[in-house]
Amino acid sequence: MNKLMIWYGELIAPKKLLKRGALFLSPGMLWLIFFLVIPGLVLILVSFAGRGSYGELVWEFGLANYKRLVGYGIFGWTPDYIVILLRSVWVAIVTTGLSVVLSYPLCFFIAKKPERTRYVWLMMVIIPFWTNMVIRTYSWFLILAPEMPLAKLAAYFKLISPGMALYPSAFAVYLGMISIFLPFVALPLFSSVERMDWALVEAAQDLYSSNVRIFMHAILPQTLPGLSVGIILTFVPAMGMFVVPDLLGGAKYMLVGNLIEQQFGTSRDWAFGAAISMALMALTLFSLYLYRKKNKDIDLL
Amino acid sequence: MAPDKGMLYLKGINKTYGSVKAVKDVTLEIKSGEFFTLLGPSGCGKTTLLRMIAGLEIQDSGSIILEGKDITRIPATKRQINTVFQSYALFPHLNVFENVAFGLRARKIPEKELKPKVQTALDILELGRMSTRFPHQLSGGQNQRVALARAVVNDPKVLLLDEPMSALDAKLRAQVQVELRRLQKQLGHTFILVTHDQDEALVVSDRIAVMKDGQIIQSGSPDDVYDFPKNRFVAEFLGAANILSGKFFDGMFHTDVGNLELDVQPSWEHGVIAIRPEWIKFSDTKPEQNGVRAKVTEIIYRGTNLDIWCEPGPIRVKSTTYKDFKIGDELWLELAPKELVVLDE
Repeated sequence: MNKLMIWYGELIAPKKLLKRGALFLSPGMLWLIFFLVIPGLVLILVSFAGRGSYGELVWEFGLANYKRLVGYGIFGWTPDYIVILLRSVWVAIVTTGLSVVLSYPLCFFIAKKPERTRYVWLMMVIIPFWTNMVIRTYSWFLILAPEMPLAKLAAYFKLISPGMALYPSAFAVYLGMISIFLPFVALPLFSSVERMDWALVEAAQDLYSSNVRIFMHAILPQTLPGLSVGIILTFVPAMGMFVVPDLLGGAKYMLVGNLIEQQFGTSRDWAFGAAISMALMALTLFSLYLYRKKNKDIDLL
Repeated sequence: MAPDKGMLYLKGINKTYGSVKAVKDVTLEIKSGEFFTLLGPSGCGKTTLLRMIAGLEIQDSGSIILEGKDITRIPATKRQINTVFQSYALFPHLNVFENVAFGLRARKIPEKELKPKVQTALDILELGRMSTRFPHQLSGGQNQRVALARAVVNDPKVLLLDEPMSALDAKLRAQVQVELRRLQKQLGHTFILVTHDQDEALVVSDRIAVMKDGQIIQSGSPDDVYDFPKNRFVAEFLGAANILSGKFFDGMFHTDVGNLELDVQPSWEHGVIAIRPEWIKFSDTKPEQNGVRAKVTEIIYRGTNLDIWCEPGPIRVKSTTYKDFKIGDELWLELAPKELVVLDE
């Protein structure tokens, strides 16, 4: 006789449940295997291969791509690629940090609105989020164009020469990045802020706290779950972002995403591109590991 | 205002939310070292009043004077008043010791002074062995004591308690009420409690203010308010009361249950009087004064007593003797004149 168990209120035999589980899971599993696991493994393999004279893959395995990545080229050692990698980490950190700093006041502002208008304000954060990234990035071209007030103001303060646009530049990259990633931080953070227990804030006030202390003990611990989701959702894609730095940074502010794109595109050096991708992946995982270690008590990822 | 006006003096406090007048022209004097209770149904403005004293809300008009100093413009973070919140509002990421030390740390009290202070507070509330535990590891009653310790450790001039017992079960609540009163007497601090529980108010308070619709209806010592309710609302809110309405003429109060003599001459012609169920006596023979012939219609067993409902009226009588009452029994009730309270209304 088959043993029976209760599964979410349903009386079912464990064997049958297993079968059903396999049936539901297999499409997703297959998808992941074909489109993530296998390509990932291929990418690892390719990263050790070489490039032929016409840009084709040459199946001679070695560490040449990785050596080149850390700077050993035919003309001796250069830090170029390492600079790009570190710059990418830096840009991701700054983008995430500024998005967090901007999101807190934004979330409190929206959360304090009466329910009737709250969702209108929230929509104003969500609509750009739904808009195509390329379109949004191009719109910065317009805003930063030489004949627009921002560029004129910058020229007036002699930050740029007159008649120049504010792009391509590091500033434009940060501007573009933050405008894209702000909703990724603001929306998860808002869900935490909305559910916040304000009695804790009042308790902190009642107990003679400074504003910093109120934030650290009454606001941060309560909003950390949303904040963590936002930080991870921003930091990871920001590391590999290439549309924004490509359009708004150009060669002046190249990031690892552009470098990879270049290898698979114009340079036709897939093997080197694969090696850089590996480095990016390693860096991302390492950063997440560090983040997780610092916030051990949060269950995420 | 001169300091002799009492430790805490509320003068003409008004507060409106939108179109709702939450607090209407409240003037109150709370003495130093007193256990004062604001009692009233939900929405009567008692919590709003407490929050204004704490500095978590600001009144539209009126002033709050603490030891002769107007503290209206002093923010909550600077008022030497601490609150025990209804939800306790303990910091979940801090252990018991750190929760209790929170206010002292915020004021940058040196570690040497801080430790013994926290320890004393923990000991008074019997939390000594729990100091390294976190709020989620404690029971409701323990968390409530942590919230109390966190407030008293700061040596506040006034301690505010916002329905601190609403989350406790009935048995624990009765125990905590007695403990709270003892704690207050031991510390000698001024406590202001907000509650809708009349038993709680009677047990703990030195003085009670009964509130309704943003106004203080009556204030006084528990026995004063209980024995001499000012109007029908107070009589019914604080304990049970039989309310009899009728007309007063020819020196007698004429009601549906009969004509009654009163000790106090009412100022009205048409009005109500109250008598507590436990003040009515039974007898088999007609009493000399204010006897009412009644018929038992319902008997409710309450453990410590019987509640007997009689007609006409209905009149509710509390019987502590287990005389063999039966529905339909006819008996005499004595509504002695000294027990009849004339209400304004």
